[in-house]
Amino acid sequence: MANETLIIHAGLADKSRKNRWPARFDLLQSSTGLFLALFMWAHMGFVASILLGESAMWTITKLFEGYFFFGKSYPWLVSCVVGFVALVFVGHALLAVRKFPINYRQWRAIRAHAKVMRHEDSTLWIWQVYTGFLLFFLASAHLYQMFFWPQNIGPFASSDRMWSDGLWPFYLVMLLAVELHGGIGLYRLTVKWGWPNASRQTLKKVKWALTGFFLVLGLATLAAYMKIGYEHRAHAGERYTPDWAVEQAAHRGDGQ
Amino acid sequence: MSVIDQAAPQQYRHLRLNVLRYDPRHPAAKPHMQEYQIEEADSMTLFIALTEIREHQDSTLQFDFVCRAGICGSCAMMVNGRPRLACRTLTRDLPDEITLAPLPFFELIADLSVRTGKWMRGMSERLQTWLHAQEREVDICRIEERMDPDLAEQIYELDRCIECGCCIAACGTAQMRQDFVGAVGFAKIARFRLDPRDTRTDDDYYELIGDDTGVFGCMSLLACHDVCPKSLPLQTQIAFLRRKMAAQGL
Ligand code: HEM
Ligand code: SF4
Ligand code: SF4
Ligand code: FES
Repeated sequence: MANETLIIHAGLADKSRKNRWPARFDLLQSSTGLFLALFMWAHMGFVASILLGESAMWTITKLFEGYFFFGKSYPWLVSCVVGFVALVFVGHALLAVRKFPINYRQWRAIRAHAKVMRHEDSTLWIWQVYTGFLLFFLASAHLYQMFFWPQNIGPFASSDRMWSDGLWPFYLVMLLAVELHGGIGLYRLTVKWGWPNASRQTLKKVKWALTGFFLVLGLATLAAYMKIGYEHRAHAGERYTPDWAVEQAAHRGDGQ
Repeated sequence: MSVIDQAAPQQYRHLRLNVLRYDPRHPAAKPHMQEYQIEEADSMTLFIALTEIREHQDSTLQFDFVCRAGICGSCAMMVNGRPRLACRTLTRDLPDEITLAPLPFFELIADLSVRTGKWMRGMSERLQTWLHAQEREVDICRIEERMDPDLAEQIYELDRCIECGCCIAACGTAQMRQDFVGAVGFAKIARFRLDPRDTRTDDDYYELIGDDTGVFGCMSLLACHDVCPKSLPLQTQIAFLRRKMAAQGL
């Protein structure tokens, strides 16, 4: 080990055989990106359940807390999922940040390049850098909150967060950033690794259609939470329990 | 457009060429834009327009041409923001106002003239872009080994590269990272990888392009593919190399 370190320090690391880690890093960067982007779509499906009504969203929440399996809620199950996503997220950020313009010269060069060329795919990449940088902070804060307070997810709890806690602008910016970033990222994956028998124009059309769909769905969802939060503002902090669950609980004589 | 213009039997546009001028041998001079005006002619290329300017208006204007037929790759320049071959660009496909600048990335000689050849040679040496055949006893009495015509066609497709440098000038990664191999380098590696006479394996190619100055540095912005004047299939070739080189890490 010490010898190896000495060889690296002398700048001779790649002299016998080139390191295989750049290949693995590239695969990991793409696979973590793929996982996160697909997870974000699934995630949108879960949160958008509010559009079907409060009890639908409550059911999804309780599903993740294991209520329907164990007859009791374990919010730490949610923390486990959040923890795993956070690990992938940190891994992706670490790998992707290698591609950032890292000094003023590089930054100036890529900006001038995009302005002169007006080339769509190159400009989209700059958007990916902007939105990725934003997500560094926004998604970290969101994951932190969901990891430590997983019990605060629910039709009323989440709506109160949007309205009474005033966090809706935070979620609005994060929604725009994540949908743009993930959509561009998925498109880039297809051209980066190859997608059989599809032209770039077709792939890009599909990408914009999907981004548009998830943005509309996301905005509608955000509006739904804000509306519930507004109507619930006098009782902020109270939790939602569907009528049938209240009755059932009363029947069995336990709390939840 | 005036009535008189329309009445003329053949109407020629009045072109305005804005040229980015700078000569590093005169460091006192600052990079600046200079405007030239010229009457358009039938099938006028940028090569013809620039030559006319140099002959009749300004003999100090510097730019490169050799073949005038899109073969030598010397005349690439930034035309309205995109790298193109000046000899293959018809003025009638451009607006009245044309902005010309030298290719970025490469060493500037002066005005529109850049030294692409020096970089291309360095790239060739670095990537060893020549046939690596195992030393074999050559038996001149035997018939040469045959090559499948389809394969020969595929190799030829990549051999059409004229080393003009357009792909490098269009590449955002190369603008940020001077040591990036670029699409022309990937096209060469892909060409020798296809060739059954070259005995190198993916392990050998990984030594050449298996890092962030090579194929893993490419961010798939694909401007290279969009500007290549020879329409090389750069997108699919780079993706193919990426898959092969990534497999080396498994
Ligand atoms: C800290 C937060 C993040 C940062 C800094 C970040 C940064 C980046 C950057 C710079 C790229 C471009 C890499 C390249 O061109 O080679 C990228 C790619 C990508 N990102 Fe992110 N990202 C973040 C979070 C996310 C999230 C939350 C998602 C899910 C929606 C995601 C999905 C993707 C995908 C699918 C790609 C394409 C993968 C690839 O090109 O290999 N990223 N990211
Ligand atoms: S790949 Fe195309 S753009 Fe690049 S040097 Fe060759 S011919 Fe020019
Ligand atoms: S795909 Fe983009 S980053 Fe890769 S070589 Fe082409 S222009 Fe450069
Ligand atoms: S002069 Fe040879 S390619 Fe234009």
